[in-house]
Amino acid sequence: MGAQRIIVVGAGMVAQRFVQSLREADDAGRYEVEVYGEEQYAPYDRVALTSFFSKAGPEELLLGSPTLWDDPRVTLHRGARVTSIDRAARTVTVDDGSQRSYDHLVLATGSSAWAPPIPGVDLPGVFMYRTLDDVAALRDWVRAKQTLVGRPVRGAVIGGGLLGLEAAGALQSMGATATVVEFANRLMALQVDDSGGEALKSLIQRLGVQVKCGLATSAVEADASGNAGTLKFSSGGEQLVDVVVFATGIRPRDELAREAGLPVGERGGVVVDDACLTSDPSVSAIGECAAAAADEHMSIGLIAPGNTMADVTAHRLLGREEAYLGADTATKLKLLGVDVASFGDAFATTPGALEVVYSDPFSGAYKKLVMTDDASTLLGGMFVGDASAYATLRPMVGAELPGDPSSWILPEGQAERPELELPDAATVCSCNNVTAQSIRAAVNEDGIHDLGELKSHTKAGTACGSCLPLVKKILNTELEKSGIEVSEALCEHFAMSRASLFSAIQVAGLTTFSDIIERFGTGHGCDICKPTVGSILASIYNEHVLSDGRAALQDTNDRYMANMQKDGTYSVVPRIPGGEITPDKLLVIAEVAKDFDLYTKITGGQRIDLFGARLEQLPEIWQRLVDAGMESGHAYGKSLRTVKSCVGSSWCRYGVQDSTSMAIALEERYRGLRSPHKLKVGVSGCARECAEARGKDVGVIATEKGWNVYVGGNGGFTPKHAQLLAEDVDDATVFQVIDRYLMLYIRTADRLQRTAPWQEEYEGGLDAIKDVILNDSLGICADLDEHMAHHIDTYEDEWKAVLEDPARLAQFTSFVNAPDQADPSLAYVEERGQRRPATPAERAAMSGASRSESRV
Amino acid sequence: MTVTVPATAVPVCDYDALVPDLGVAALVGDTQVAVFRLDDGSVHAVQNLCPFSGASVMSRGITGSRGDEPTIASPIYKQVFSLITGECLVSMDKQPVAGGPDLAVFPVVLDNGQVMINLAGGE
Repeated sequence: MGAQRIIVVGAGMVAQRFVQSLREADDAGRYEVEVYGEEQYAPYDRVALTSFFSKAGPEELLLGSPTLWDDPRVTLHRGARVTSIDRAARTVTVDDGSQRSYDHLVLATGSSAWAPPIPGVDLPGVFMYRTLDDVAALRDWVRAKQTLVGRPVRGAVIGGGLLGLEAAGALQSMGATATVVEFANRLMALQVDDSGGEALKSLIQRLGVQVKCGLATSAVEADASGNAGTLKFSSGGEQLVDVVVFATGIRPRDELAREAGLPVGERGGVVVDDACLTSDPSVSAIGECAAAAADEHMSIGLIAPGNTMADVTAHRLLGREEAYLGADTATKLKLLGVDVASFGDAFATTPGALEVVYSDPFSGAYKKLVMTDDASTLLGGMFVGDASAYATLRPMVGAELPGDPSSWILPEGQAERPELELPDAATVCSCNNVTAQSIRAAVNEDGIHDLGELKSHTKAGTACGSCLPLVKKILNTELEKSGIEVSEALCEHFAMSRASLFSAIQVAGLTTFSDIIERFGTGHGCDICKPTVGSILASIYNEHVLSDGRAALQDTNDRYMANMQKDGTYSVVPRIPGGEITPDKLLVIAEVAKDFDLYTKITGGQRIDLFGARLEQLPEIWQRLVDAGMESGHAYGKSLRTVKSCVGSSWCRYGVQDSTSMAIALEERYRGLRSPHKLKVGVSGCARECAEARGKDVGVIATEKGWNVYVGGNGGFTPKHAQLLAEDVDDATVFQVIDRYLMLYIRTADRLQRTAPWQEEYEGGLDAIKDVILNDSLGICADLDEHMAHHIDTYEDEWKAVLEDPARLAQFTSFVNAPDQADPSLAYVEERGQRRPATPAERAAMSGASRSESRV
Repeated sequence: MTVTVPATAVPVCDYDALVPDLGVAALVGDTQVAVFRLDDGSVHAVQNLCPFSGASVMSRGITGSRGDEPTIASPIYKQVFSLITGECLVSMDKQPVAGGPDLAVFPVVLDNGQVMINLAGGE
């Protein structure tokens, strides 16, 4: 029997979740899925829409693994709107006129932005805040207006809810002023009470956003050029504007269902039961377009319940008994940098409920817990300005809260917080509906002892990530309970982490491995701790990797300053700073490659790799390169590799800064810098980003005003885009922030931990790192600067240093008793005009041939 | 103390040519041998061929210890072997390319400042 066809109408976040959930569980391949979305994009993270302004492009917001859409059982039709449903024939009609039949239909049409029907709402300069295209159009308008008016653009946002405050933040980030106009008497009326709204208003006004509550907008009037120019209020006042954003609510998109005769809720939304089925058992509705029985037939504008509906629907289609039991409306948001969170019975509607409230006059924070009448059981809570206790408390709703409840809302340190043991049934991750019990089971029964694995196994913390500290805590508690030590030990010889060892060595001023292991370790060391100590010594003192008996600490690559390949020969990479090279140097490289018969390949980092050099040939090869003015490219080291760049403004028609000169300056600044893992840097001369700098540990991208510096990008096994560290800065600041970032990384990262996971796991994340680097929150910037200055001052070419030292040169021989004899076991075949190592089969054939020759 | 030098032992280098905790490769007949001097002064010899990669590279590995056992790690895929018995202690979840996972160990004799390797005494 062939697979059954599911058609999904809508390609938003919930549709994506449904397809992912179905594909993950449908091992037998029962279903094929076709998804129709009217937008031009694959499903993207609408919740993170505002981050579009700080990110490079829409692809940044794409959800989940792109391979989902490569799955042969999944077809995504973009820019394709379903126009009608024929339930009797089980077909849908698409806007290109085609018809498709379905076995099961899933409506995931979401909702649309709603604006009040007032005059002027359709003027140019008036925007909605719902889709990527809305946001992109808003950005283009503000930019164009900016150039035109030559003063800050005046922005107004109608609506003081979640989206309205997001939009205000977006306007501000584009350099526009922002005034929020809210009809109700407080901001975020759905999430916070009057006092909370007041606290939020003053916190937001401190950030420069004007807030006007209790004001109804009656019209938008045009200016002389016909664009939005003045806001009129019912009370009689008015305000000049250049741009207006309406964030006045959403309406479920239920029109297809209405036309198909499916019942809809009183306030819109397709009526569904606990199985997320409509009145037609072949049609489901999920997400914001659905009005579920468990939610009293109200549409819920949050992602978490939508995800749950998607999971329930996918799993029921595969025969599992699951039900949607209603939305957890707990939310935690960061709006304009201000925490806002509420959960459970936040408005204290339970009879007899007690409210424990704390307002901090200095920080402006407002915190409230709602307890049962005997103050024993937690019912809900509300946080404005500081939601640090949210992750711990939210899963405790309905459970007894030990100790004094006020300890949770007083500033930390003022009252001792008791240790909490989460009930098994508590939901830890509300995005993916993961309970404490399933996390504990994964740790104890499935033997998962690593946070990363725990995330991918249980899905906890993989959506918004706000519960991760809690997940980590449960993991550690469970491990401790089962007697498994949460070990930071580097290896059996050192019972401390790399970061602790780094500061121990630095503070004690030790310089040799024997002193270090005697003082801080045991035994004789191994292939894990020796290179780690070698790297730490190189980072601290920047002395030659082969000096003072340090050769024995280095991995073979560092020990011979070349990259060992599979047959034991090495590849040689001279430094080509910024990828810029003269024809004369190219000629020397070509001659060396020819003379030593080296396989030659261009690398991904704009350099040239020469393969197949034997150990004893390395000094001769280096000598020729050094004589021609080249030096080691450190392609072998856990150190700075290359600084990739585009050609930039010196040649390119579009370049706005000289990216090649910047790349060369950076490469010469950080060359030879030893670090916990390899470091790659990229520099692009304009926002087109041809150097792919955001895939690097440090990415520098030109802007009209200077440079943006991004950090923590990785290619490799888990690709990550780099995050913004500093914006529109000059050359000197580029160097300064990168100096500090790299030194902080070198000092505090784990062994072989690249920058992306490091900055993710750094306490407080990138925000805390920014605080250290930009605001000197730890008071160590002078020290970091000095350390980097020492590195730059003491840099020497490692190859040249070996060539000048006969004792080090003596290490570069094939055999101690036959220094001129090449390794007889090496064998090569020719391919495309160059040689490569022979495969085992080719070697066998060769030795057979040579035997028969010798018989002749 | 007098040492008896077996007739099949071959001199490969001066003891002083060896750097503590580093290895060298030596050619004994057609056999490549990796020779290590450890920080306690002892000298050990094993096959230079790495069983897990088929490359002759063991002399370029990192010496160390697992418990009291002196060890050598292959520089290619980081398997760890005992320098006393040649036994593979850490296989890194890999299979040898040919033959067994362990290294052959060769007796070393120090005679008059010379390092002598006795292939015939190998296991």
